[in-house]
Amino acid sequence: MEEKTLKDMKEEEIRKMEKKTLKDMKEKEEKEEEMRKLELMLSNIEIKGLSNETLDGIKCMTLYTDIYIVATDSNQVFNAKMYSKYKEFHNDYLNDIVLPHLRLHHGEFLLKEFETSWAHYSKVIHNRLHLYFRYLGRYYVAREKLLNLNDVGNRCFIDLLYEEMRSRVMDAVICLINKERDGAKIDRELVKKVVNVFEELKLYEDIFEERIVAGTKDYYSKKASLWISENSCPEFMLKVEECLEKEENMVRDCMKPATEQKIVSEVEHKLLVLHSTQLFDKEYSGLKKLLEDGKVVDLARMYRLYSRVHDGLQHVCLAFKNHVTAQGMALVRQTEIEVNKHVVKNDVGALQNQQVHLIMEFIKLHEVYLSYVNDYFQSNSMFFKVLKEAFEVFCNKSIAGVSPAELLSIFCDQTLKKKSCDNDKSTEDTIDDVVKLLVYISDKDMFAEFHRKKLARRLLFNKSDSDEHERYLLTKLKQKCGRHFTSKMEGMVTDLTLCQDTTASFTDYLRDNPDMNPGFDLTVTVLTIGFWPSYKTCTFNLPPEMLRCVEAFKQFYQTRTKRTRITWLFSLGTCTIVGKFEPKTMDLIVTTLQASVLLLFNSANRLSYSDIKDQLDLPEEDVTRLLHSLSCAKYKILKKEPDTKTISKTDYFEFNSMFTDRLKRIKVPFPLVDDRKKVIETVVSDRRHAIEAAIVRIMKFRKVLGHHQLMSECAEVLSSTFRPDFKIIKLQIESLISRDYLERDSKDHSVYRYLA
Amino acid sequence: MRRSSRKSGSAAIPVTSSSGVSDLFRCATSKAVSKEMERIDQLFHAYMDKSLGMVGPEGIESFCLAVGIDHTDVRILMLAWKMQAEKQGYFTLDEWRRGLSALHADTILKIRKRLQELEKEVMRPTNFLDFYVYAFCYSLAEEKQKNIDIESACELLTVVLGFRFPLQVSKFIEYLKSQNDYKVINLDQWTSFLRFCNEINFPSLDNYDAELAWPLILDNFVEWMRENL
Repeated sequence: MEEKTLKDMKEEEIRKMEKKTLKDMKEKEEKEEEMRKLELMLSNIEIKGLSNETLDGIKCMTLYTDIYIVATDSNQVFNAKMYSKYKEFHNDYLNDIVLPHLRLHHGEFLLKEFETSWAHYSKVIHNRLHLYFRYLGRYYVAREKLLNLNDVGNRCFIDLLYEEMRSRVMDAVICLINKERDGAKIDRELVKKVVNVFEELKLYEDIFEERIVAGTKDYYSKKASLWISENSCPEFMLKVEECLEKEENMVRDCMKPATEQKIVSEVEHKLLVLHSTQLFDKEYSGLKKLLEDGKVVDLARMYRLYSRVHDGLQHVCLAFKNHVTAQGMALVRQTEIEVNKHVVKNDVGALQNQQVHLIMEFIKLHEVYLSYVNDYFQSNSMFFKVLKEAFEVFCNKSIAGVSPAELLSIFCDQTLKKKSCDNDKSTEDTIDDVVKLLVYISDKDMFAEFHRKKLARRLLFNKSDSDEHERYLLTKLKQKCGRHFTSKMEGMVTDLTLCQDTTASFTDYLRDNPDMNPGFDLTVTVLTIGFWPSYKTCTFNLPPEMLRCVEAFKQFYQTRTKRTRITWLFSLGTCTIVGKFEPKTMDLIVTTLQASVLLLFNSANRLSYSDIKDQLDLPEEDVTRLLHSLSCAKYKILKKEPDTKTISKTDYFEFNSMFTDRLKRIKVPFPLVDDRKKVIETVVSDRRHAIEAAIVRIMKFRKVLGHHQLMSECAEVLSSTFRPDFKIIKLQIESLISRDYLERDSKDHSVYRYLA
Repeated sequence: MRRSSRKSGSAAIPVTSSSGVSDLFRCATSKAVSKEMERIDQLFHAYMDKSLGMVGPEGIESFCLAVGIDHTDVRILMLAWKMQAEKQGYFTLDEWRRGLSALHADTILKIRKRLQELEKEVMRPTNFLDFYVYAFCYSLAEEKQKNIDIESACELLTVVLGFRFPLQVSKFIEYLKSQNDYKVINLDQWTSFLRFCNEINFPSLDNYDAELAWPLILDNFVEWMRENL
């Protein structure tokens, strides 16, 4: 047995260890040898040759294999080294080749160089490198989550060329663009290519867009101040329009769509907004002047331009309003002067002509400026609104004490009396215009009342040209102002249509009852009270002939209906009297009352004033007016003693047998009393009732309401008919308080309560 | 204040409440009270108009003479207020008792003294409005009347407000007498005038706003003031 001694054992171990160490050492040496080899290989990878377009296929393979070997080596240290080498290759290329080239060029050439360098770099160089290092990218880079090989290329480019791009490249771009703005032709393709570079680098918004917008700002700032001082308003606007078009065009062509809005808004801001006041206020060509001269093309352009800018139209709108108001007020003032001249001369006809003329002018004005809004201001609602406001200002001005409501009714009256073939404009169109104007007048109820009065006269004296037109107007008024506005007037027109029925039946009746026949041609018009304006009824002594007529109709009417009562209005009737004068027999068309006076002379040749008055039993003022119309006016059917111009109570009247006229049939005019005041009074008292009714309705609904609210609600409710005077509303409130319909709240005196 | 026709309760002399209670529980104070009431009643009978059964205008006049005040003095009005008298110029027994017992005044002397205090009491803001409104209603001559004519209104204003707002009252009276729009004053206008005196700076009128709910008569008054400055 061999005894292994401890020593032996140790020796064995030592020997084992030695072996191992040796082995390790050898391995290490081998490894180091390998590493050195690899390093050599790495450093030997000839990249310089990469710049050449064509590369040897074999060389490619060699490179790829070399890299592959290094990458697959178990020792991972080299991977990191390779990665950085990869980057290094990129940077070297950029620094050694690209940058110097760029620095050599300027302007357009710089851009060209920039574009081509990038193209070459990204497509050729980078792709190749990427190819060779692909294995690394697949495993190492992915594993270590490093920036992938593709992006490394971009990153290097950006890092090294950022400043260059931002300053020199962009300067060149801006310079080029500005050249185009100044009118030269440039190479847009180049710009597009540059844009693409930035897009690929994902630096479009940060660098390109930002600098382009800044460049635009600068360019137009300078141009704006220059142009504004050199050009008139229309010229400037034309330039602006052209610029905007050009810019839009350019951006759409070369750049990304998102940039369009940014550039355009800069242009708008610099050209339109900053200098707008200066532009509008230009003395000979500014906004005011354009409106005055009716330069509609320029105004339309101004609208188009400023509608792009936020709140840009306010100024234009205001100028428009002021202009229209000024025009209207000028008309008003002019008419006032003219009218006063006629008032002094007491020339009623000319006065009325002026009044009618004013309304026609208003209508024309309205047409013109409505077309402005529709044609040039693109029917913008803001402009409609200010047009309305402007008209409301001057359409409510009285002329020599006559309210616009009355003026409009006079115009209406004339229009409906005229024959329709007169105007070049159809009557219906004129009626439409009237209703349009009525909208602007605040005292609509005043118009209604005047119109009703005039309508009555037209209907009763058969002065209306056409029933259809009357109805047409009423329909339009009903549409605009509501049913209650026209209900009475419609009733009036209906009454007349019914009259035809009644007349036919009356004729039948007379045929059936010949003894009742008065022997005259009698037409009776039955009016429904309430529809028609109230007329003064006068009882007087009818001549016997007329008495027979009245009786006949009375009997007839009883047969129709026992319930209704009729009251006779003689002041509104007309009569045709045959006057047997010596020269020739004539037909005289007179009013019923005039006829009664004349018939007195059938039984007496000469009568005194008091005789006539007593026999007729009429009030003095009526008698005076009647006699005046028959003896002192145009046709002297009665001779007056003494032959003065006015009637006095001591006058004597005689039948003028020698009276004659060229015509066989004459109308003896009977001037009507001016009942304007009465109309106005009626309206005022109706208003009081309307206000009271409104207050009660509102308070009934609300139960409790503050003073201000009540006032404003009341005004609003009534606004479609008239504009109430606040004092009157207050008065009615107080009247209601004193009649215990309302009370003041005990704690807050400005609050009202409804008392049921 | 509703106006209801009051027949004077002269025939029936209602017994005081204290004597209505059972005698068993009569205490010293109630005895004193009843004594007071007796004296008040005595006073009433002293001035009563026999035919009417209540104190009439002449009675009031002599009463005033006794107390030492003018019968147009505001204090008699204040007394009427205390009494809640319904008809101007007449005091019924109930009213008489109400007023004088509230004052604890059963002799002329005491009445005289109490009247001074009464003035102060009325002047307190809480009471004054009540008194002011009462004065208006009291002056309404007839049953269904709701307004006082301008003349009487002016007089009443002087009496009731003259010492407190002399400037406003004198100007307002001047205005009322010079205008034609208003022939009477109603309660709403009356109360608003007091509010006007309290709230509006006078005579500057700088904080008056016609757009507020002031009655039209005051709007017109302010306008008149501004025109006639």
